[in-house]
Amino acid sequence: MKMTLSAQHLWLIPALPLLAAALGALTPRSGRTPAAGAAIGAMVLSFLLSCGALATALAHPAAHATANFTWFAVGDGAVRLGWLLDPLTAFMCVMVSFVSTLIFIFSLGYMKDDANFKQFFCFLSLFAAAMLGILVANSLLLLFVSWELVGLASYLLIGFWFHKPEAAAAAKKAFIVTRIGDLGFLLGILWLYDSTGSLLFYDNGAGVLEPTALGGLAAQTTLCGLALSTAIGLLIFCGAAGKSGQFPLHVWLPDAMEGPTPVSALIHAATMVAAGVFLIARVYPLMAADQLLAGVPVHALTVVAFIGAITALLGALIAVAQNDIKRVLAFSTVSQLGYMMLALGVGSWVAAVFHLLTHAFFKALLFLGAGSVIHAAHHEQDIRKLGGLSQPLRVTFATFAIGMMALAGVPFLFSGFWSKEAILHAAHEWEVSHLPLFAGLAAVVLTAFYMTRLVAETFFGKARSHAAEHVHENSAVMTVPLVLLAVCAIALGFLGTPAFPWLQARLLGETEVHGHSLLDGSGLMLGSIVLVALGLGAGWAVYWRTPRAKDTSPDPLASAAPATIAFLGARMKFDELYAATLGRLNTFLAAFADFLDHWVWGGAVNFLALLGEFSGTVNREADEGGLNAGFDATSEKLRQTGQAYSHAQTGGTHGYLRTVAIGFVVLVLLVMLGGGR
Amino acid sequence: MNALPCTIYLSFVGALLALAAGMRSAATARVVALLTALTGFGVALSAAAHFVPGPGLQNLINLPWIPDLGIRYHLAADGISLTLILLTGIAAVAGILFSWNIEERAGEFFALFLTLIGGVYGVFLSADAFTLFVFYEIAIVPKYFLIANWGSTNREYGAMKLVLYSFAGSALVLAGLLWAYAAGVAHGFAPSFALHDLATAATHFTRGEQLGMFALVFLGFAVLAGLFPFHTWAPTGHVAAPTAASMLLAGVVMKLGAYGCLRVAMPLFPVGLEYWQPVIAWLAIIGIIYAGLVALVQDDFKFVIGYSSVSHMGFVLLGLAVANAQAVSGAVLQMFSHGVIAGLLFAVVGRMVYERTHTRKLADLRALPLHRLMPFAALTFVLAGLASMGLPGFSGFPAELTILIGTWKTSPLWATFAAVGVLVAAAFTLRVIQVSFFGSSDRTSLPADAAAHPLPPITWAERAGAMLLIAATVYVGLKPDVLLQWINPALQSPLFQAALRGGTP
Amino acid sequence: MSPLQVCLLFSSALFCIGLVGALSRSNAILVLLGIELMLNAANLNFIAFWRYSPAPAVGTGVLFVIFSIAVAAAEAAVGLALVIAIYRHQKNIRLQEANRLKG
Repeated sequence: MKMTLSAQHLWLIPALPLLAAALGALTPRSGRTPAAGAAIGAMVLSFLLSCGALATALAHPAAHATANFTWFAVGDGAVRLGWLLDPLTAFMCVMVSFVSTLIFIFSLGYMKDDANFKQFFCFLSLFAAAMLGILVANSLLLLFVSWELVGLASYLLIGFWFHKPEAAAAAKKAFIVTRIGDLGFLLGILWLYDSTGSLLFYDNGAGVLEPTALGGLAAQTTLCGLALSTAIGLLIFCGAAGKSGQFPLHVWLPDAMEGPTPVSALIHAATMVAAGVFLIARVYPLMAADQLLAGVPVHALTVVAFIGAITALLGALIAVAQNDIKRVLAFSTVSQLGYMMLALGVGSWVAAVFHLLTHAFFKALLFLGAGSVIHAAHHEQDIRKLGGLSQPLRVTFATFAIGMMALAGVPFLFSGFWSKEAILHAAHEWEVSHLPLFAGLAAVVLTAFYMTRLVAETFFGKARSHAAEHVHENSAVMTVPLVLLAVCAIALGFLGTPAFPWLQARLLGETEVHGHSLLDGSGLMLGSIVLVALGLGAGWAVYWRTPRAKDTSPDPLASAAPATIAFLGARMKFDELYAATLGRLNTFLAAFADFLDHWVWGGAVNFLALLGEFSGTVNREADEGGLNAGFDATSEKLRQTGQAYSHAQTGGTHGYLRTVAIGFVVLVLLVMLGGGR
Repeated sequence: MNALPCTIYLSFVGALLALAAGMRSAATARVVALLTALTGFGVALSAAAHFVPGPGLQNLINLPWIPDLGIRYHLAADGISLTLILLTGIAAVAGILFSWNIEERAGEFFALFLTLIGGVYGVFLSADAFTLFVFYEIAIVPKYFLIANWGSTNREYGAMKLVLYSFAGSALVLAGLLWAYAAGVAHGFAPSFALHDLATAATHFTRGEQLGMFALVFLGFAVLAGLFPFHTWAPTGHVAAPTAASMLLAGVVMKLGAYGCLRVAMPLFPVGLEYWQPVIAWLAIIGIIYAGLVALVQDDFKFVIGYSSVSHMGFVLLGLAVANAQAVSGAVLQMFSHGVIAGLLFAVVGRMVYERTHTRKLADLRALPLHRLMPFAALTFVLAGLASMGLPGFSGFPAELTILIGTWKTSPLWATFAAVGVLVAAAFTLRVIQVSFFGSSDRTSLPADAAAHPLPPITWAERAGAMLLIAATVYVGLKPDVLLQWINPALQSPLFQAALRGGTP
Repeated sequence: MSPLQVCLLFSSALFCIGLVGALSRSNAILVLLGIELMLNAANLNFIAFWRYSPAPAVGTGVLFVIFSIAVAAAEAAVGLALVIAIYRHQKNIRLQEANRLKG
């Protein structure tokens, strides 16, 4: 059956999971099966629709099919939204819906004992809907709307076990840190709207990613001599950096591991973190609009490249010193996202998307594998306390090993190798600087090293805790997704090898594929293969050859360079740095504002109340405040005088009458003596 | 459409009926009150259904009142009035639903409540400055009694502070209006308080007069809209007020101030607006961030919401100050949006939580597994909190976005600072959601005393009220055009155009 | 001696009798009686001055006196009520003993 889906009906892809989320929200707490069934069913349908969309897009890869409509009027203009179908959207939709489906199925097993099972699927569906919304948006605003909803859903999912204080804190941190990035994104949107009057990407020549608008944006200069497009691009990049965990906003990502493991797979592999990379790939024409300008202080993409390089290296370094199986994977995600940004920055957005797709599969595989280990080992996540799991967990081990080799970039067979090669090639050809290339190459060694360490510690040696001794392979509902992902982790690489770069060609809108010989640039490839081997060998030498004996025995690297490893283990103290600077500033400002409100403005009010008392308003508090010593003394005198006079008031009626009579007589005498006048 | 003035009279008649019914029983009084509010809301809805958007006020009734002074009883409506009248209708119905448990002197309570509502309807319909002022005063007085009689924490102080601020504000307004009236007569115009007459006369005023009059009138109204640094009545007043009164206070009374600024101060004195614009804008921005920061460190649940109101009203004032078509339409949208959202937040805090747990201290609430004891309240509050953060899908998002778009047009710097305010709002909202409802680290078991004394269940009235408000914010959030289609044409009227052009005729 | 002087002398005598009575009696009712006498002396003065003034306006003096008598009647009613209240309280109406209202 040849299935196609046009842009007008593209909204169905995110709408189905959204519907499932709504249904899930309305089902009672006990409705576990309907909620999960609706979620998975909607995801499968979305996947099928995405395949249809992909078929449509591949038929006309160069076209940007759109369907636009007006959301609401703003002053004289209007905010318009729309759907966009091109190969980038289609490939991403297929990937996200496929990986999400597998993760949903895996969750059936992983979360089966959780009391809030129903809510979990409801949140998962919401998340998937928002993520698919990002992909199909043809408007920066619609993208932002979905982007915010992704943030919300990730908040709900990371904080799913909110009874753990760490989870609640991590959820809040993830939301706030990404929102800091979103602040820049929002400002970029405002600026773009103000400059071009539209937020649609493609709109028959009037969209912001089309030459007319781009030319205008690149021609204007703004603050510090930047081209307008550079400034807007960098603001949008702020949002991407927040969501994709780029330095210096990467701090939320490792903490987000507090969520259930399927969430980590969903958020950290396929979707949320990829959203930032997707965003930059989507607005790539805008980011690149300033490339041809000379004499500007900086090009937007240069910043992206360097941030990406720093992140790639930083994440890999920190990952070496982590002991939590999920945190190692989290930092490796940070590092891989750095690669993708690097690729975007050096001008090869197709390489970035290629790596994004392959990474989504093998990282989802690794996370789900880790979830399988954790589930089997009774929620033990510390690799020092695991060990010896390769025998009892055969399927998990085999698939995890495939994921590990894909991530480490073991040559030829695994998808990670091909996508990473594409990035390194692009970095090699970049004219501005070779520093990102070197950072990328260093990260290659480190990646191979820490992944070897992870596998060696987790699966080899002997079990080092009670939990690790009594493990059994998980049910098929959890292992089948692993196997499927493992197949993809291998197969996907062959869509984009240099010899037959089908994926790249389609993304660029070409219908013909021009392959290169594998030997082109073979020097670089050879070098990186050597580096991978170096990393694997070092990992083997340090961790595999002599497996850890007890969970308390020291780490060989930590004994060699304790200070460095401790620093890396503490994640280079970024959290401490932020807490000491931004956190403290915020606390101070809040306390200061509270002080102002209580004392200064409150004081002003009390002062006004005093004034009110003088003008006749009776206010007891103001009365007390208004009396000073002199006033007190005066009133005391008044009181004493009154007391003295009160002695005259004897209470005897005759006394009073007598006084009246005497007064009367005196009055008469006065009148008579005064002559009556 | 022509039935709109009935909303005013209905409310006043309903107040008397409720008072009479209260002598029989509290239940009768609230049924009477609910029916009155529903009828008023129905009238507003049917008027909205028949409304033909267009520039300028559409006359409803215009009678001489004090002919010697040129004062007329003049009611008229445009899209902006209609938006706010709908808001008032919603807030009135929801407020009564959330007051369903009032037993003590219920007749008087609902009578005062409906009088306040009637005054608010009157303000939104007035086309004569004097009429508007009279209704404005009618709306202020019942607040005092509502808070002082049925309030909680520090209620006399809160009520007095609120009323002093309100009256100080209205004194300024009255002074400004009388000045404009007298100056109009001095310039040879027929004595009149009608808004369009005053505006015509004002074009002949000297620059100094315009600046002075604008400052008096705008400041007077802005006090009630919570302009920094005259906002301190708002948190204490909200905290002291009974639930329904805080809903009305945040929901509609603060809008009275903003509406006065928009309807009276800006079109009448465009030259003054242009001069004072930066001052107002900066004060509004300071208010947004400052109140958000204060909310971040409060330990009383209701104070957090009170300060968040000030922060959101800062957006309204910023939109007004920026004075271009986008920002002003956004400000009106934000008035509606904040009215609904703040009502919802106060309803959860005051009615659902406080009246069951008898504490508003976040430290005490943290110890209670509230999300298990009151799942509906938790859900409502999370939704309201998300709406308050300005998340897409709720009315706050298009409103704040439109304001920001307009602000960026005038000054990117202002827009940047205002956007920081959105971030702060996310921070304090998340904090209060987590601490209040999801603070308990106990996963499954309830504390012994909580199990022994289960909280009273959420009543149907509360559910209905919450549903009404949530539906309003979501509907407008998804389809902001339903209000903007009325607001935008209204801004095309010559009066507003003068204000939006900053006084250049 | 003109008729006015006669009237004035008479009213002063009446006033003094009333005053002495009010001062010297301890029985509250008799004190009230004395006060009524003084009041009537004043009324007499009103009438006298009105009647013998150079151009008497119609009815002013009489009206004033009628008003005053009405007030006196009210005063007497209140006074007697007070007396009864005092009696209930202290079982007699001796004014010397009714001195609780001192300052």
